[in-house]
Amino acid sequence: MNKRRDARVGILFAMPWIMGFLIFSLYPLLSSLYTSFTSYSVLQPPKWIGVENYRELLSDEIFIKSVVNTAWYTIAAVPLSTVVAIGLAMLLNTKVKGMAVYRTMFFLPSLVPMVALGTLFLWVFNGDHGLLNAILKPLGLPTPNWLGEPLYAKSTLILISMWGCGQAMIIYLAGLQDVPISLYEAADLDGAKFWAKTRNVTIPMISPVILFNVVMGIIGSMQIFAVPYVMFSGGSPARANYYFSMYLFDNAFAYQRMGFASAMAWIMFAIILVLTLISLRISERHVHYEGG
Amino acid sequence: MKPLAIAATCVTVALMAGAILYGESVVQRQATNGRTVVIYWEKWTGDEAKEMEKVVNSFNKSQDRIFVRYLSISGVDQKTLLATSGGNPPDVAGIWQEGLARFSDMGALLDLTAMAKEKGLTRDYYIPAFYDALTYRGGLWALPSTPASIALHVNSDLVPKEVATPETFPKTIEELDKLSDKITKKDKDGNLTLSGFVPSNPGWWNWAWPIYFGGQIVKGDKITVDTPEAERSFKWVEGYYKRYGPTAVQNFRSGFANFASPDDPFMSGKVATEINGVWKANYIRVYKKGMHWFAVPFPYPADRKDLEGHSNLSQDVLSIPAGAKHPKEAFEFIAYVQQQKVMESLCKGHGKNSPLRVVSEEFFKTHQNKFIRLFDELARSPKAFSPPNIGIYAQIGNEINVAFDEVNTGQKTPKQALHDAQGRLDKLWATYQAQVLGVKK
Repeated sequence: MNKRRDARVGILFAMPWIMGFLIFSLYPLLSSLYTSFTSYSVLQPPKWIGVENYRELLSDEIFIKSVVNTAWYTIAAVPLSTVVAIGLAMLLNTKVKGMAVYRTMFFLPSLVPMVALGTLFLWVFNGDHGLLNAILKPLGLPTPNWLGEPLYAKSTLILISMWGCGQAMIIYLAGLQDVPISLYEAADLDGAKFWAKTRNVTIPMISPVILFNVVMGIIGSMQIFAVPYVMFSGGSPARANYYFSMYLFDNAFAYQRMGFASAMAWIMFAIILVLTLISLRISERHVHYEGG
Repeated sequence: MKPLAIAATCVTVALMAGAILYGESVVQRQATNGRTVVIYWEKWTGDEAKEMEKVVNSFNKSQDRIFVRYLSISGVDQKTLLATSGGNPPDVAGIWQEGLARFSDMGALLDLTAMAKEKGLTRDYYIPAFYDALTYRGGLWALPSTPASIALHVNSDLVPKEVATPETFPKTIEELDKLSDKITKKDKDGNLTLSGFVPSNPGWWNWAWPIYFGGQIVKGDKITVDTPEAERSFKWVEGYYKRYGPTAVQNFRSGFANFASPDDPFMSGKVATEINGVWKANYIRVYKKGMHWFAVPFPYPADRKDLEGHSNLSQDVLSIPAGAKHPKEAFEFIAYVQQQKVMESLCKGHGKNSPLRVVSEEFFKTHQNKFIRLFDELARSPKAFSPPNIGIYAQIGNEINVAFDEVNTGQKTPKQALHDAQGRLDKLWATYQAQVLGVKK
């Protein structure tokens, strides 16, 4: 009797979360799944069209371009930001005077709001009078139009993604500080140098953290939106910077094709799910858990 | 002590909530004095918003039955649609003419035909090109707030003296190209420092280039962005890219600052000529007072003299969303804005021409744009054209912009870029016709 009463009280206490989940997460999820099989402009009732939206997506070259652009970005940005974040975390894990200041300095940029970041980098990468070209020019280096030429425009966005690696860096730093000193001492006794210690001690010991950050990085990169939306109007030039989420947003809110946009969202969900499962499968061989 | 503290907190919170609610109701009563409140959402900010606010205030003072509550908001079209779908739209929405067909297809707007007729606001009352752009599938979906015609603006100090007047300035596109080549300057590194003209500046009306060469981007119920005229216009665009250098134009253009700033390329002397709207004079007055400039109709192709006097038009409009709570009162406000005196005052405040057929001499004499008569004439020209009334206008504009970029960056030939755009649009249009318009395949 008491157990049942306890369960009721427990459910009652959990009810705000349960209600929130049902109303604000589960219902929209199921609703968008249904909507993905309809033609729905928001103002008129949804019309059931079966798999038409999915069929249209497969032959939609703008969709394919947005997928390719997003994949290109993910493939380049995730490994690069992982390397940069681990590198920074290792630097910030050394015993140097004033380290707290350095850590703050490297973490702060990741707190800049995305829209402000986009606006700031519009000026930094301006081909005519941007800060970057102003530095490159006196050095005799090429001064391309970073935002106007398709290949450079993509690369620019990948460079910008490094700006936000402070979040991952902090997690890596916490992971690094968890690596037992005894392992490094043992490696020292074996005569291991920096690279050998990094490869055989540091990386394996923080591999669960790497896995977490890579999975989160993939999810974040697949959903990239705010910075390219601010910096590259309509994905310009010529949709070189038109990403999955931008096309989804345009269909949902600019063209009122909610059914089509919902289908896109579910395809994105499927892609992210597959990539995450692949990452987890690969990790079985490479990730070292202390307890396992 | 503890129960006392809880009770005191509850009483304080209740008193504060009561004060807020009561205060709000007092403010509401003071402001509206029991009148019907019409909610009006408008896109403008800054000085343009203030000019419309003057109109709203004068309307509120002019009678004692209706009170218009004016709210300046960003993304007005998307927010209006979402509010309409949620059943709580504003009574008046200040949107753009080019979005009317899409709104209408979705059933998001009220047809104003009957109410407008009752007030005498028929086609005869307006410049036909402006009125016609507000009609679609037999309905009238909005009335104008402020319209604009577009012309070529010329910096008199940057062109040779012999062409530095509206009368002597080149009339054809070929002459404009030659003039542009003559005055364009590059530095020792090959970077453009001055351009006579660049088709990508300001880049707001790429959809209009095919029409400036005699084409149409929508014919009946067909989208036609790959016509010979369109290809010719994009070859002309490509000509600039080729003559001035592949990266030079891109780099040069990337240095152009916002049009509402003193570093605007036309005002800062980076480009000698620029296609722009009647409102440009407003910005020149604010940011580059004393600048020597004039406006002329955009040149026409040498072999198409019949296109002389063409201009693309744009319009900010007032509409009533479906489901508005006070449509009659909303229309009373819209009708008030259409009064010649009110409209002229608003258009003058915005630095624009009037959409009305009858315009007072006072309007021309006191308008801050010294070429206002030209813009008025352009709107009345039979060659004036508006964005096509079609539900996928936004997508057409996007696809033409992409094709323009592809040509302007040398990725595709004009023919290929337009052909690809046509292919994408054909699919989109077929889907739209089937799913939104209910046209059976």
